[in-house]
Amino acid sequence: MDAILLQILNGLDKGAAYALIALGLTLVFGTLGVVNFAHGALFMLGAFCAVSVGKLLTISAKIKDESVTFFDAYKEVPYLEIWWGDTGSMIIDYAVPLSILITIPVMLLIGLAMERGLIRFFYKRTHAEQILVTFGLAIVLQEIIKAAFGANPIPTPAPSAVSGTANVGAWFGLSGDISYPWWRLIYFAFAAVVAGAVFAFLRFTTYGMVVRAGMQDSETVGLLGINIQRRFTVVFGIAAVVAGLAGAMYTPILPPDYHLGMDFLVLSFVVVVVGGMGSLEGAVAAGFLLGILQSFASMNEVKQILPGIDQIIIYLVAVVILLTLPRGLMGRKGVMES
Amino acid sequence: MSKKDCTPPNFSRRTILKASAGAGALGLGLTGTPYFFSRKAWAASFRNDPGNAASVKFGFNVPQTGPYADEGADELRAYKLAVKHINGEGDGGILNTMKPLALKGNGVLGKKVDYVTGDTQTKSDAARASAKRMIEKDGVIMFTGGSSSGVAVAVQSLAQEMGIIFMAGLTHSNDTTGKDKRRYGFRHFFNAYMSGAALGPVLKEEFGSDRRAYHLTADYTWGWTQEESIKNTTEGLGWETVNAVRTPLGAGDFSQYITPVLESGADVLILNHYGGDMVNSLTQAVQFGLRDKMRNGKKFEVVVPLFSRLMAQGAGENIKGILGTTAWNWSLQDEGSQAFVKSFGQEYGFPPSQAAQTCYVQAILYADACERAGTFYPPEVIRALEGFEFDGTGDGPTLYRAADHQCFKRVLVVRGNENPQSQFDLLKVVKEVPREQVTYDPSIFGGELGPYEV
Repeated sequence: MDAILLQILNGLDKGAAYALIALGLTLVFGTLGVVNFAHGALFMLGAFCAVSVGKLLTISAKIKDESVTFFDAYKEVPYLEIWWGDTGSMIIDYAVPLSILITIPVMLLIGLAMERGLIRFFYKRTHAEQILVTFGLAIVLQEIIKAAFGANPIPTPAPSAVSGTANVGAWFGLSGDISYPWWRLIYFAFAAVVAGAVFAFLRFTTYGMVVRAGMQDSETVGLLGINIQRRFTVVFGIAAVVAGLAGAMYTPILPPDYHLGMDFLVLSFVVVVVGGMGSLEGAVAAGFLLGILQSFASMNEVKQILPGIDQIIIYLVAVVILLTLPRGLMGRKGVMES
Repeated sequence: MSKKDCTPPNFSRRTILKASAGAGALGLGLTGTPYFFSRKAWAASFRNDPGNAASVKFGFNVPQTGPYADEGADELRAYKLAVKHINGEGDGGILNTMKPLALKGNGVLGKKVDYVTGDTQTKSDAARASAKRMIEKDGVIMFTGGSSSGVAVAVQSLAQEMGIIFMAGLTHSNDTTGKDKRRYGFRHFFNAYMSGAALGPVLKEEFGSDRRAYHLTADYTWGWTQEESIKNTTEGLGWETVNAVRTPLGAGDFSQYITPVLESGADVLILNHYGGDMVNSLTQAVQFGLRDKMRNGKKFEVVVPLFSRLMAQGAGENIKGILGTTAWNWSLQDEGSQAFVKSFGQEYGFPPSQAAQTCYVQAILYADACERAGTFYPPEVIRALEGFEFDGTGDGPTLYRAADHQCFKRVLVVRGNENPQSQFDLLKVVKEVPREQVTYDPSIFGGELGPYEV
């Protein structure tokens, strides 16, 4: 029982990242009809927003290290600590949560620039061409990050107050000593809030209602005198923000490198397909489902029976679901079936 | 004069080709003949022979990207420093302390040392391609480096095929000088067997003989041999091995491997990871609260059989109190270590890692062997290295064993420092294990060195 609870929790944080990336992917596909292979790169850019904020806050002065005597050694002391002492240290400690404030506007701008500058020229082109151009864009973005930050993962710790573990077993009244890192639980809660906010925006605002109408039939909405294209551009920006936030908050779980986006992108596409092309609810549900399944497949008991199953489980499930439900879990009729 | 007389002879393209081929063959015969009749001269024409050139080129093939990139960066710094010292620049480093020493501080055999660098990417195929480029395009006389045994084993066989000596950098697998050893490959660094032999008595002293161990192991040659060596040691102490799980190199997120540890009934986690992987797996093990747990009535312990100061730096607070082994540490007080730390510190502003030390010493040892052999001809240089006994390089008395090209020297058992005195004071030496205690019979790992002449 304890092992099962732990694997579910393990699946939830990974599933949360898959779900947020897949949500943005399917949002862009549903509105603009674009298969965006650069979406993983947006997740990676978000992670590097957190890295950049961390680096900005720790701009340091070089001070001679007197404890090293036989050569001139210097230690770097952040200016924030020099100026504000403990308050400065605390601000540095909270770099990742603080980076959310920067990530939102930066990712919105990147999203808008990407859509206006490149993607819009490919609306009428075939999916193959869209895939090629967005994949190319993803590689360009990766290389820019590699040139700026190097190729190695950059440790980005969570605030020390939440770097410990929570006794999850006690919450569920279990006798076992089940603990789980606080930050991973926070990530799951954060993902739920972000996904909830996107759904609320689309469901309960007039703006969202028009977007949903446009997803169904953009031509008719256009005939009503609504500039649906502009709204779709905004939706692209929102998708970029969602992916960016998912990336920024994921940095304490996995130190980011330039390749982070590609690692998640392939699985996120599987998530979108399993969830059903164009279905937002499907993307989120499939994200969590596949995250948890992957986690279970990593259990030693399972691997002893089926060695290597943890590496292929997601694709195996995708094959089974697509054979039984060709439109995915919640796919709509007519989407990508022309 | 008739028009016909003025016409140039009728040279067709074919005639010219025939004529040039004939002339070429004649020329080759004339110039080549003396070599055929002079055994020494023929033997001396080996791959990338520097001949009368004023300089020789070394190839530094290190991981500049991938999970071992931090080690790679430090290796490169050390190599550059070694080149300086060999060429007679700077303060000379261990050239002032190494005994015996043939180098004169004027390069190698009077030729200045130059170098090219490559990125192994911590991948065997990339490392092989990069080494091949260095040998074929850049004409290196020797190549060295690498922070992965998978890479070392792969490029070592390339070295044998191409007849260019490879001085291995940081590689800890038993296979490098065991079943995959090669005549053209040499390792100064210690290996997994030696880690086990050095760590065993300390583990018994600290944690007793009734423990249950769980291994997480990097899934490639180094991880496998380290797991085997440590398992043999701990089982010899009376410990039980609960499970040994393989993890892919560069996995990043180890949470799915760590959570089952808590449920397995184990009370010791042994992390057979290195570099970035070890930083991630240890950090996540601590995040999951393993070190705060009690299991089987004992405090849960984590052991990292091979670790370094660079990893301690990456893992921060999490490394404090953790036991492991290391080849060398900058805090050692012998004159060789101090000379190297001083040179390196003055050059870069921080002390060198164990990866830097082994690479620096390897470059110097190769250069010194050429000087002693009086030639760059690889079989002679190999013979000069085989069975070479030396001291003053920071490792105590050291032997380059001829039977397997493995260096035998002291091994350090270290602990993550609980109370560091400076930002670099991250490892505390618990025990200096003498060379005799970690020496083994070369036949236990098998393998064949192969021929001198290729």
